[in-house]
Amino acid sequence: MSLKGMLGANARQFGMIFALIALIIFFQWQTGGLTLTPDNVINLFNGNSYILILAIGMVLVIIAGHIDLSVGSIAAAVGIVVAIAMRDWGLSWWAGVLLGLVLGAVIGAWQGFWVAYMGIPAFIVTLAGMLIFRGINQTVGASNTVPVPRDFQYLGAGYLPEIGPDTGYNNLTVLLGLIAVAFVGYRAISTRRRNVRLGSPQAPLSAELARNGLLIAALLYATWLFATGRPGTSFPIPGLILLAMVLLFGFLSSRTVVGRHVYAVGGNRHAAELSGVRSKRVNFLVMMNMSVLAALAGMIFVGRATSSGPFDGVGWELDAIAAVFIGGAAVTGGVGTVTGAVIGGLVMAVLNNGLQLMGIGADLTQVIKGLVLLAAVAFDVFNKMQGRPSMIGLIMKGLRGTPAEPEKKPDRESNLTTV
Amino acid sequence: MPDHILEMVGITKKFPGVTALDDVSLSVVRGEIHAICGENGAGKSTLMKVLSGVIPHGIYTGEIRYEGAEVHFRDIRSSERAGIVIIHQELALIPELSITENLFLGNEPTRFGVIDWAEAHRRAAELMASVGLQADPRAAIKDIGVGRQQLVEIAKAVNKNVRLLILDEPTAALNETDSAHLLSLVSSLRDRGVTCIMISHKLNELVEIADSITILRDGMTVETLDVAEGDVDQDRVIRGMVGRKLDSRFPPYEPSLGETFFEIRDWTVRHPQVPERLVCKGSNLVVRRGEIVGIAGLMGAGRTELVRSVFGRSYGVYESGTLIKDGKEIVLHSVPEAIAHGLAYVTEDRKTLGFNALDDIKRTTVSADLPRISRHSVVDRAKEIEVAEKYRTALRTKAPSVHTGVAQLSGGNQQKVVLSKWLFTEPDLLILDEPTRGIDVGAKYEIYGIIQQLAASGKGVIVVSSELPELLGLSDRIYTICEGAVTGVLDKAEADQERLMRLMTTTSTTTEVDA
Repeated sequence: MSLKGMLGANARQFGMIFALIALIIFFQWQTGGLTLTPDNVINLFNGNSYILILAIGMVLVIIAGHIDLSVGSIAAAVGIVVAIAMRDWGLSWWAGVLLGLVLGAVIGAWQGFWVAYMGIPAFIVTLAGMLIFRGINQTVGASNTVPVPRDFQYLGAGYLPEIGPDTGYNNLTVLLGLIAVAFVGYRAISTRRRNVRLGSPQAPLSAELARNGLLIAALLYATWLFATGRPGTSFPIPGLILLAMVLLFGFLSSRTVVGRHVYAVGGNRHAAELSGVRSKRVNFLVMMNMSVLAALAGMIFVGRATSSGPFDGVGWELDAIAAVFIGGAAVTGGVGTVTGAVIGGLVMAVLNNGLQLMGIGADLTQVIKGLVLLAAVAFDVFNKMQGRPSMIGLIMKGLRGTPAEPEKKPDRESNLTTV
Repeated sequence: MPDHILEMVGITKKFPGVTALDDVSLSVVRGEIHAICGENGAGKSTLMKVLSGVIPHGIYTGEIRYEGAEVHFRDIRSSERAGIVIIHQELALIPELSITENLFLGNEPTRFGVIDWAEAHRRAAELMASVGLQADPRAAIKDIGVGRQQLVEIAKAVNKNVRLLILDEPTAALNETDSAHLLSLVSSLRDRGVTCIMISHKLNELVEIADSITILRDGMTVETLDVAEGDVDQDRVIRGMVGRKLDSRFPPYEPSLGETFFEIRDWTVRHPQVPERLVCKGSNLVVRRGEIVGIAGLMGAGRTELVRSVFGRSYGVYESGTLIKDGKEIVLHSVPEAIAHGLAYVTEDRKTLGFNALDDIKRTTVSADLPRISRHSVVDRAKEIEVAEKYRTALRTKAPSVHTGVAQLSGGNQQKVVLSKWLFTEPDLLILDEPTRGIDVGAKYEIYGIIQQLAASGKGVIVVSSELPELLGLSDRIYTICEGAVTGVLDKAEADQERLMRLMTTTSTTTEVDA
């Protein structure tokens, strides 16, 4: 059986994941095996989890048809306030985290108010926010660096602890990996059952097995990598938080009423309103959620950096936005997935990391990243023009166990700008 | 042999799915005012687009002879070079710029490459005098009224040495004084040798001013009436406009009417952007159980405005009036409240307001009542598919599966999906705005059947339509609306197209509300 046949109706539905895997293999080869070492993979997660968390919030903002340029500044502003609160008021680490999240919510309410209820374009509101919160960071911190206590650093640089018998692996990491494998298996079976019951179209069993087999193999390999790192390292805490966020927001966006409403507002705001969706509330929540996640990302970064500084989070918004668009979201709104955004973010992260390991300078790395962003989006746009749905759309469909049907060109002009 | 400035012969223009113009001919004598009449969708605007080059040569068939020679206009610039100027209903002026700047936009008088403002204002004043426009040439367009803006457009046309002036609904937005002024200006332009084509729904004006009237119906030329010959009055024109026969385009249906359960009382709504304009002027309307109520009115009469303002104030600014359902007053501030009270509204513009083109059938079907298929706010996707399948089968929506994207469906099937969406909310009152626009005859028949079934089950239905035969065939009672006011209501037995058209154009009985 051909590879194409094995993977279901269309091999391209795995495009982005293949791209990611190909990229990893390429770097593994080019760096002489330095890419897939426990240390490097752990490093990769630690160094990018905050961007990926931002991408999760950003994809919702972009699906709803907005943009948020202020996330880096908000992360920095929250970081410094939390750092000072813990240093000067003696807040415990968890009170600090709570304070940070509340602060994020308040900032988000401010921005959401202007975007949703005052009708100011999010581009403007968050451009203003970018300046305002950067300024607040530097005013509050007097442009100084403020260290954070050890407990708090756990958030950004901690690992799953060693417990239980000495198996030569990190037990919790192994457990986590096994849970993930079980989850993938359970989902595949239940989706298949449901499809059969409802007579929904689905991929051939062999394709399903191949797909999930690959996924499970990748999970097991990752588990092995994380569980066999240097003593004292294992699956990192930021990675754990990221995982929780992916599951939470993946579920929220695809399975709940609120999630449906976000897509509805982004896809056709007027139609949504006339179907009873309170679009202002949706826009408010989406903007507010983004700021809460920015606060979380800021605190994770501060934990990893052991201190909060005046230039934390500079340029984060662009990394997050790039991840979302590589992950298949549309500039015009209504299209995108949380998983897609995270995969997009991982592509960027692996690229960054691999080029670094190859000893390519930051200057050239930027050029390459820019070209990759352009190429990924252009690829999707060209596919669209030939009448095929977005690549990431196909991947996600594939992951849900439905084969991608060859679709006719939707007669909507804006699809040309869809990525 | 009259001297024809313009002859359009055998013009045919097809859009995907519809033939907008079918072998239309139009002959305009030099120096006359030639009116074009027809129902909404008869093809008037399309014909003018062909003439002015908006629809360029090559994508329509037929021949245009202008000033004795065949012409091929590629765009609006090439027709303007030939002296044909079209003034659209929505004026093409830039509100922030002055009258002078608007008059000379694109061909500003210059000296040494710099705009010569003194010269520009002087010439502007001259042009303005020629159309009887009294205003400061430096005044911004947004600060002068609609009537004067119209005059600026005409002055602009005069400046372009217009020989054939096309006016699309020139008086639709004007009050009576401004209308009278505009019409006398058009007459004086005729005396100066400018030929004029005028599209208007105001038949009384046309009968008075036009030298000849061409009537279009369903994309075809019906006849050209010579007003000078006499015997042309409004009734004669209306007969020409609506003179088609009703065929059996409706499923057999016997209404069973119950008691009144929904009432709109003294409903007054202001325009969302122009607060001094009333789009609904104290309208009253009642719906009985099992009744299909039609709303007739020409484009811009305020039909959509009325139903949308009732549907959770989704249009305009509410001024006054009450809604009564089942004997109790209900207040609907928002669409969710309207839906909760059992109202449903199928929009006029399906593509931009009816659905999300990125969604598939199943997601669209459940989108107006997600909570019904959700537990703890989590959508039950199995139930979603079941519901969508149920309505797909019941309404016979033609699609490979409920996973098919709505954008891929034909107009008729899209409308069925939109209907499914609203039927799923189990409404007591279903409001349909142009339910069969852009839909082929077969699908129309099916949609009529669905509407009748709903009424037969004791629900109320309001149908807004531009197609009078549709209203006559479907409705038990028809309200007519003109300029925001309800001008009459006819029972099925007493309604015919001519009576409706007369009520739809009855502006005189309209009580003047302060503008």
